[in-house]
Amino acid sequence: MPETNTYDLIVIGAGPGGYVAAIRATQLGMKVALVEKRATLGGVCLNEGCIPSKALLDSSELFAQARDKFALHGIAIDPPRLDLAAMMLRKNDVVGKLTDGIAYLIKKNGIQRIHGTAVLKGAAADGLQQVEVVPAGGQQSLLDSPAEAQILTAPRLLLASGSEAAGLSGIPFDGQVVVSAREALSFDKLPEHLIVAGGGYIGLELGSVWRRLGVKVTVMEMLPQILPNMDRQLSDALYRSLRKQGIQFKLGTRIIGVRRIGSKAIVEYNDGTGSEEMDCDKVLVAVGRRPLTAGLGLEELGIRLDWQGRAVIDRDYQTSLPGIYAIGDLVPGPMLAHKASQEAAVCVERMAGQQAEVEYDYIPGVCYTWPEAASVGQTEEQLKQASTPYRSGRFNFAALGRARCLDESEGFVKILAHQETDRVLGVHIIGPRASELIAEAATVMSFDGTARDIALMCHAHPTLSEAIREAALDLHKEAIHA
Amino acid sequence: MELKIPEVGESVREALLAKWFKKNGETVRKDEPLCEIETDKITLDLNADVAGTLSIVVQEGATVAVGTLIGTITEAAAGVEAALGAASAQAVEKLSASPSSPEVRREMLEHGISPEEVAGTGKGGRITLDDLFARIEERAKQPPAARPLADKKTTPLPVPPPVQSQPVSRPVVAEPAAPIPEPAPAPVVRSEEAPAYSSAREERRPMSPIRKRIAARLLAARQQTAMLTTFNEADLTRVKALRSSHREHFMQRHGVALGLMPFFVKACVEALKEFPMVNASIDGDDIVLHNFYDIGIAIGAEKGLVVPILRNADRMKLYEIDQAIAGFSEKIKTNRLAITDLEGGTFSISNGGVYGSMLSTPILNPPQSAVLGMHAIQDRPVVRDGQIVIRPMMYLALSYDHRIIDGREAVGFLKRVKEYIEQPEELLLEG
Repeated sequence: MPETNTYDLIVIGAGPGGYVAAIRATQLGMKVALVEKRATLGGVCLNEGCIPSKALLDSSELFAQARDKFALHGIAIDPPRLDLAAMMLRKNDVVGKLTDGIAYLIKKNGIQRIHGTAVLKGAAADGLQQVEVVPAGGQQSLLDSPAEAQILTAPRLLLASGSEAAGLSGIPFDGQVVVSAREALSFDKLPEHLIVAGGGYIGLELGSVWRRLGVKVTVMEMLPQILPNMDRQLSDALYRSLRKQGIQFKLGTRIIGVRRIGSKAIVEYNDGTGSEEMDCDKVLVAVGRRPLTAGLGLEELGIRLDWQGRAVIDRDYQTSLPGIYAIGDLVPGPMLAHKASQEAAVCVERMAGQQAEVEYDYIPGVCYTWPEAASVGQTEEQLKQASTPYRSGRFNFAALGRARCLDESEGFVKILAHQETDRVLGVHIIGPRASELIAEAATVMSFDGTARDIALMCHAHPTLSEAIREAALDLHKEAIHA
Repeated sequence: MELKIPEVGESVREALLAKWFKKNGETVRKDEPLCEIETDKITLDLNADVAGTLSIVVQEGATVAVGTLIGTITEAAAGVEAALGAASAQAVEKLSASPSSPEVRREMLEHGISPEEVAGTGKGGRITLDDLFARIEERAKQPPAARPLADKKTTPLPVPPPVQSQPVSRPVVAEPAAPIPEPAPAPVVRSEEAPAYSSAREERRPMSPIRKRIAARLLAARQQTAMLTTFNEADLTRVKALRSSHREHFMQRHGVALGLMPFFVKACVEALKEFPMVNASIDGDDIVLHNFYDIGIAIGAEKGLVVPILRNADRMKLYEIDQAIAGFSEKIKTNRLAITDLEGGTFSISNGGVYGSMLSTPILNPPQSAVLGMHAIQDRPVVRDGQIVIRPMMYLALSYDHRIIDGREAVGFLKRVKEYIEQPEELLLEG
């Protein structure tokens, strides 16, 4: 008979949803167990997603700057040499420091961390939810890793198991040639030709990393445009910019099959004009992610999932089974780490009786290419479709002092505001540090601000943020520098 | 089609929009319940008169006057265009609300206040935290009836108490030893940190209009009458025998089980005829004697006690009384009880026995002057013809307003009720 331990809340998955939920719940006075099958905390985001990819994006950007731009600044250097192994070590070090940081936070908050795979066992006679935790095989962490299966019980369970890379139908991952983002963050040598299946955030970011390091990169996208949910002007501008950087695109193209020949592969695709083939040595499949519900025992318990395999939840993030909650990539909405964290806090606060809500309209999204693309709110296409009367204002970084100093003059800021109320409905930025600039837009929108509000706010000179103010001025045809 | 708070009774001027069953923009079918409104007397559902798309004007939790437009239904016929129109109307509606901020919106939810209630004083009519708190304070000063109930759609989930009394072990940071042996510092009394989710220790929730009404009326009954209670007991042997021997026959003929209540209603009516003062009420300096017998039956509903009235109970047959009471229970369950079901009444009966009460003092329902309390039936030893025998006994209590009912009358009345219950045949012969 396995040992039984009872908590106020059991959180399954220690990614940006799960660990935040565990900490917030502890702050609210609950006794919390956090079950994670990985040896390290932080989930996909920290271990093989957001963080390692940004580490490599920053490293590869510096490399590209040294190679292509130093001379323009009057810095004469010999062509820089790439030490890929050192770059990967640095990336691993960044990940290691951050996952250790999460482990420290979990310990500091007195959260019981349990290393193992969770399987839901339904409610016991006393109404408590039961979870069986099977010790994780293979990569054992000595700490908190029980020798045998144990049963945890709690009145509430929070599922935060996240998502996994979806494959192309009929083309399974092999970990060597046909790979997911996880492997593409750890190539031990430069591929000659990387084919990226999927023109979404992940494919474009990782494609950029390897392109900057000198790899030939071809992105194949089924739809006629990249980043289809982004404001069209933004995705068009990014497309042009990435092409200029040497990334090849095949849009409206469907991958039919991959034939492996030794360490190489031949990708068969159809771009609408017929079947063709292309040689490469790596295929990164980044066509989306699917919720990681398999193995948890959700089907056995009869938890309702929607057609995308995501859990159907109510306002409290409760699934169709009372006492079982779900957040993050398991539930509808954009699959973003910060969305999961926000839901985590709100879900737990609602458990404690607080009137918390996630304001989904103000969740920013960022694509960390260079230039970066960042958005919050509605796109121009969405406004048109909803017949919302709007005005648009735009300002190009080319006309901005600071952008010129940085020699980063690509891109623009676009602000969409309601025609009558002037309320800001959407802000779309492509350009240097768009990921940081978008915060101002999200703030203004969260405060129900107007384009005039932005125009009336003093922005420091010379900064990139001035572009936001100028775009707001332009919306009323009052831009000074355009 | 416009959706308005309907007239529900003469004395009702406003209602709490307690809950929307449908979301803004949702498609509704004809006759589907849309929302629940609560007045200080009753709770009722509003149904859709037509099929179409619902557009909500007043959010739940708000108290609004009778006749207020709370939503509209765009009829379905228009199809896609209507749906599109509704979507953009929704967006515009959201935009026309006063601007605020994330914290202000959160606090509005916590306090059950809708943006429409708050006058924004910030830039562009922005609702600031100060504006919101001013509104909360102002609301606290308003008469209870006008205060909206907190946002009920997000009733706090009951947080179970922590599993262990022992707090979760946190790393203990060792206090640095005091370097100088100063006189011992006054011990810092650290009050035990209250759990942040205070709902485990206490939970504060606003009273519903019905509960406030009950509270005010019961307090008034205590303060404005000279209430006294007299007791007696009744032997239910014969009533029980009568019920069991006629149960099936009665059920077949009338479709209801022959209950206990009709006997007590009948017994009270007969006794009231003999003691008219018990059926009277005080109006100013006058005593008003009622020559009709409208008997209130106290029924415990989920939201609080309600006392629907059996009109002219003296003219009702036993099965009619049973059917009427069953009808009230059904109406309460489905929120269909009407104000007219509750108004008036000359005497009330309250049956604490259904909850197992052995003895209690019922409280008057002014302006009525008396109320009969029934209790649980218990087999008790009693003396009959010099022998100790076991009989099904019930204690009876009569609370009465001593201002117009003398002790002699009250005791006499209750004794008559007892006699009728013990000799139900007499009732049947009389009635």
